[in-house]
Amino acid sequence: MCEMSEEYRESVPKGLPQPRLGIEDQKCVKCKEGLPVVVIRAGDAFCRDCFKALYIHKFRAMLGKNRLIFPGEKVLLAWSGGASSSSMVWQVLEGLSRDSAKRLRFVPGVVYVDEGAACGQSPENRAKTLAEVKLVLQTTGFPWHIVALEEVFSLPPSVLRFAAQEPAGTEGAYKAAVDSFLQQQHALGADGVERQSQHCSQDPHSHTGPPATAQTQALSRLFDSVKTLTAKEELLQTLRTHLILHVARNHGYSKVMTGDSCTRLAIKLMTSLALGRGAFLAWDTGFSDERHGDVVVVRPMREHTLKEVAFYNHLFAVPSICTPALDTKAPEKASIHRLMEAFILRLQAQFPSTISTVYRTSEKLIKAPRDGCAAGPRCLLCMCTLDVDTADSATAFGAQTSHLPQMQPPVAQAGAAAGPCCCAGMGGAPRCCRSCLCREDPRAQVMEQLCYGCRVNMKDLPSLEPLPPYILSEAQLRSQRATVEQEVREYLLGDSEDETRTGES
Amino acid sequence: MAAPLSVEVEFGGGAELLFDGVKKHQVTLPGQEEPWDIRSLLVWIKKNLLKERPELFIQGDSVRPGILVLVNDADWELLGELDYQLQDQDSVLFISTLHGG
Repeated sequence: MCEMSEEYRESVPKGLPQPRLGIEDQKCVKCKEGLPVVVIRAGDAFCRDCFKALYIHKFRAMLGKNRLIFPGEKVLLAWSGGASSSSMVWQVLEGLSRDSAKRLRFVPGVVYVDEGAACGQSPENRAKTLAEVKLVLQTTGFPWHIVALEEVFSLPPSVLRFAAQEPAGTEGAYKAAVDSFLQQQHALGADGVERQSQHCSQDPHSHTGPPATAQTQALSRLFDSVKTLTAKEELLQTLRTHLILHVARNHGYSKVMTGDSCTRLAIKLMTSLALGRGAFLAWDTGFSDERHGDVVVVRPMREHTLKEVAFYNHLFAVPSICTPALDTKAPEKASIHRLMEAFILRLQAQFPSTISTVYRTSEKLIKAPRDGCAAGPRCLLCMCTLDVDTADSATAFGAQTSHLPQMQPPVAQAGAAAGPCCCAGMGGAPRCCRSCLCREDPRAQVMEQLCYGCRVNMKDLPSLEPLPPYILSEAQLRSQRATVEQEVREYLLGDSEDETRTGES
Repeated sequence: MAAPLSVEVEFGGGAELLFDGVKKHQVTLPGQEEPWDIRSLLVWIKKNLLKERPELFIQGDSVRPGILVLVNDADWELLGELDYQLQDQDSVLFISTLHGG
């Protein structure tokens, strides 16, 4: 037996595997005849045409299999100028211009958010970037909107409110909608097509000149006051989301498409876990995100890796604009986002299935509401249902929420007389205590309406005063409403106690 | 003894920010004993072209994960990655996928 195993060992070739052969000796794995140009996944070499077919197919299949976008619907494409969102806009452009059987059937618009003020760019650079942006937007032919991040200072508080929408149609409803749309198109014939393309190029929404200097300064002040890069990036994302949501609601868009790629979503999943947003992973990284109610955020690029996107953009000349971001040239440990990005990419280099594994995991997350909390209060900033459990004060979260009133300095006002009596009942009703003492403290007002992840971020903001006014006023409104609700509830309880007493006697 | 090589080195996707914003560089690599390959090209780039933050471009003797390398519009994984031997008039393109979204 020992001799047999020795023989076996000798017959196995020793040493490293053969060095890869030159490009001339390899063939595309799909069509078996083209010269391969790119390697996707682990070792699959594709030629140029097969790669293009695969790329486009992935995009169409992602939209097709989820069946969320109804024909004729207005969809807003969130374009940042970067590679993934440029690729997405280009796919939509190509998809709309195909022959009618396979044509994409929605009505797109493009929005670009100018974040130069948050990243500390000079006005000249911003103007130069905007000129390039306009050029690209005009070539798409879609109606476009350019908004500066400074416009968050004029947002209404309604942008933070969940707007209920009737539930999306069933499978049958989708098919019926598609059939009736196709019938309409057929009846209209050539006219219908022309009318649609006319609408697109006729009325681009032009932005109304550069933002006021006061607003730019206010934005710079806000971002300078944030202590860590992690909190800055999260704040930027939050403000950007609110702004895009506002544009979508204003112009009647019911869907927003963002260009998050597979790589970015894998990094985002891990980063969200580190930031304390584990409860909302399904919404943050899933295909559709319905947290706002009437406007649904959709991520059609979530199966494309950054490598595929970069190759496609290079091989097929997709225009994109590179603008410096908050974390440009930042060292690896500057923020949790950077650290996680470096971790995942380095792991991917040695274990090529890392990103796809994380992606498959994110596909399996379900958005089931917690028992008994189906329509609970929503976080002020990220608008996810709050993961608050007031009865469970043993958890770290519960300890944090009941700890809050004790941190406030004693407030010498009319409300203080009611303070001590509420404090006595603190163990059982932390909510009541908060609303009495914290009514006067805007910081506590805002903090108690945030989810755990947003609270951790807000800790890096020493003062809430530079925040845009819509956040503070909505916080105050909700807090007042909660106080009034509490008082009414107490009144009702007292009433029913009287009734039982009279009933008994 | 390898003859001097003339290659075009290009940067995209944000990588050009580390090279003073210049995207295309036509470089002439001096003649040397061993033939030029990507590994030695990276060393040369680090010494002669890279203006700042070398750790954002090069990690060890290869590029940082997240930076794609294309030689004559083909993925370098098909050509042997760092061991690919450069030829005259080759075009090497470095695309950073990490910047932007």
